[in-house]
Amino acid sequence: MQYGAFLLTYAEIGLKGKNRGKFEESLRMQVEHRVRRCGEGFKVSREDGRILVLCPEEYDYDKVVTELARVFGVNGVMPVKLVPSTEYELIKSEVVNYVKEVYGDKPFTFKVFAKRADKSYPHPSPEICADSGELILKNFPNSSVDVHNPQEKIWVEVRKNTYIYSVVIPGIGGMPIGTAGKAMLLLSGGIDSPVAGYMIARRGVVIEAVYFHAPPYTSERAKQKVIDLAKEMAAFTGTIRLHIINFTDIELYIDENTPHDEITIIMRRLMMKIACRLAEREKCNGLITGESIGQVASQTIQSLYCTNEVCNGPVYMPVYRPVIAFDKQEIVDIAQRIGTYETSIEPYEDCCTIFVAKHPVTKPNLNIIKASEACLPDIEDKINEAIATEDIIVCKADVDENL
Amino acid sequence: MECYLDNAATTRTAKEVADEVMKMMTIDFGNPSSLHTKGFEAEQYVKAARKTIADTLSVKDSEILFTSGGTESNNMALIGTALAKKRMGKHIITTSFEHASVTSPLLFLEENGYEISFCPVDAMGHVKEDKLLDMVRPDTILVSIMYVNNEVGAVQDIKRLSRLVKEKNPDITFHSDCIQSYGKYVIKPKEEGIDLLSVSGHKINGPKGTGFLYIKSGSKIKPIIYGGGQQKGMRSGTDNVPGIVGLAKAAQLVYENHSEKVAKMYEIKEHFAKRLTSEIEGASVNCVTQDIRECAPHVLSVSIEGVRAEVLLHSLEEKEVYVSSGSACSSNHPGTSGTLVAIGLDKKLLDSTVRFSFSFQTTMEEVDYAVEAVKEIVPKLRRHVRR
Repeated sequence: MQYGAFLLTYAEIGLKGKNRGKFEESLRMQVEHRVRRCGEGFKVSREDGRILVLCPEEYDYDKVVTELARVFGVNGVMPVKLVPSTEYELIKSEVVNYVKEVYGDKPFTFKVFAKRADKSYPHPSPEICADSGELILKNFPNSSVDVHNPQEKIWVEVRKNTYIYSVVIPGIGGMPIGTAGKAMLLLSGGIDSPVAGYMIARRGVVIEAVYFHAPPYTSERAKQKVIDLAKEMAAFTGTIRLHIINFTDIELYIDENTPHDEITIIMRRLMMKIACRLAEREKCNGLITGESIGQVASQTIQSLYCTNEVCNGPVYMPVYRPVIAFDKQEIVDIAQRIGTYETSIEPYEDCCTIFVAKHPVTKPNLNIIKASEACLPDIEDKINEAIATEDIIVCKADVDENL
Repeated sequence: MECYLDNAATTRTAKEVADEVMKMMTIDFGNPSSLHTKGFEAEQYVKAARKTIADTLSVKDSEILFTSGGTESNNMALIGTALAKKRMGKHIITTSFEHASVTSPLLFLEENGYEISFCPVDAMGHVKEDKLLDMVRPDTILVSIMYVNNEVGAVQDIKRLSRLVKEKNPDITFHSDCIQSYGKYVIKPKEEGIDLLSVSGHKINGPKGTGFLYIKSGSKIKPIIYGGGQQKGMRSGTDNVPGIVGLAKAAQLVYENHSEKVAKMYEIKEHFAKRLTSEIEGASVNCVTQDIRECAPHVLSVSIEGVRAEVLLHSLEEKEVYVSSGSACSSNHPGTSGTLVAIGLDKKLLDSTVRFSFSFQTTMEEVDYAVEAVKEIVPKLRRHVRR
């Protein structure tokens, strides 16, 4: 059957106190934004404790479900039969119509559940269940009741309208985008950073991203790969503004003037520094990285200690590292689920590896690193130049993309 | 100045070719298998194209099979022969530096019970004859040796190799991947003892997605694509009429004033090689013999110490000079080139080797510009290396 509407549930927002309305409105707007990508004529409204999506006469069911199920904040997506009435006899006959349209003559076991938003409704929930169940049994000889392990759970929710449904598609959870400020993601093109961005975005944070490009040492294809990743992430996070910083000059300057085994760590400190500046300018309140302890030399606890130090000032930015304690395989699993994995493993070199030493320091000492950085007197000018010449690419999800 | 020196990867489609293709798409667009006039007309075009191409090789029309390009031609030659001759033996010989469109189908055959021997080549990229002959056995059914190597431009004496191989076992089918040599050399398969010969259209200013396989009549070979029985059942699928007509036009054009064109390419290659090696310290050319005219006219492999090929490539592209590191088809894959390992190139140069490849249209001004670009870039890149 073609469902006329979808009812969306949310979990955590329901626990909010005075701010609940704001969160609900954010979610409603996110949903409205997403269904617009599926065509015209959808109407999205709040229906106490639920979001209601009214569908136009014709729409692509699979596409709408895919979009709705990946809106952060949505816990469940229920395609419903909408009965624009609470009249008891009508409800009962519509339950029969629903079962007929969805299950036909197929044999199935079921149980009816009922919910009333308005407790003064004259028929209590158990009565709705019993009456509807009886009617189903009478009309569908192949059906039977199983109250412990029903194959089909048939829900009747009496609100301003009445909603009948039995299919619940799990949503992605989290909090609606835009309810928790903005952060700057360091996006490298690897497997980890898109996952990190996705995880923080899922908590409602708007994502901006920065990529360090080093032509001719890294290719146009490496840059395109990062743009593709940002677009893939945008299917969940919404549009991402991607800042592309030309890092070649800085990288060569480091290579010429600092000890070779410290290059990677100094380079990462400078990337963080630039990211902090961009973050401040773009009114972000934090950085996000895909770092994971011990994954590579620059991600040991000692290395993280050294890179993190640049985020203490003059621009202060907390750094969020959601995959810090994840094993590689756990990160890969998420990357595969959100669809960034295939792009991440395209074999183009990124700028972290081009001058990497055979044996980089794994336990850098902050004082030594700072002393080495003192050999870079022009670095401020170079950083300013890099920021002044940045490219910004607005990465939107491809409209036709289906997961 | 835009300076396209990657003609071994692909060439610009000739205007005359594009015009023919356009006409076949928009005016004479019939399906040669249709029974009506529109189909009959299209069939006549394909027939004429087949004749044009057969003439360039001095072979019969019926010995030309149109394919989707070099890769399909090689797959058809190898897999098709292996299938047809499986009762006669399951041993196949090739060289250690073939293109992936030869090695990959052979590895597929190896998984399916065939035995593959890889004959080594020397530092000049020439097949080691004694090793090759040692490999020939009574159950050897097929020998596949490329005419011109795509990465270093080494040329094999195919006539001699096929004769030696067949003296030892006359039942062997001799295949040659001529994707880099057709159009650069006048090839007469009957004189050179080639039974199967692969060609690609886009390497000779023809359209991409076109090519052919010469199959000497009487060769034991089975189709690898089945369907509506086109091309006498040897290669089903509606004939790519625009592609076929374009391919024939390109083949005709490439052999017009041929010796002058080739002479000019050698001149350019010689000049370019001389300038690079004399003006850039640590630059050397690979597989160039005493007489440069013994190598392919269009491919020049250059190793430059202390410079990473991919970085040089991207630096050159900033100056609109387009070259290749390894061969374009395999440079997306990390790891080093099989060809360069096969010719025994010094390990430290494996990642420092670029390929320049010319066309009939390449000019002296262009290559001089390219030399200047390389000269400017190399010292800069040498200051920053992976240690």
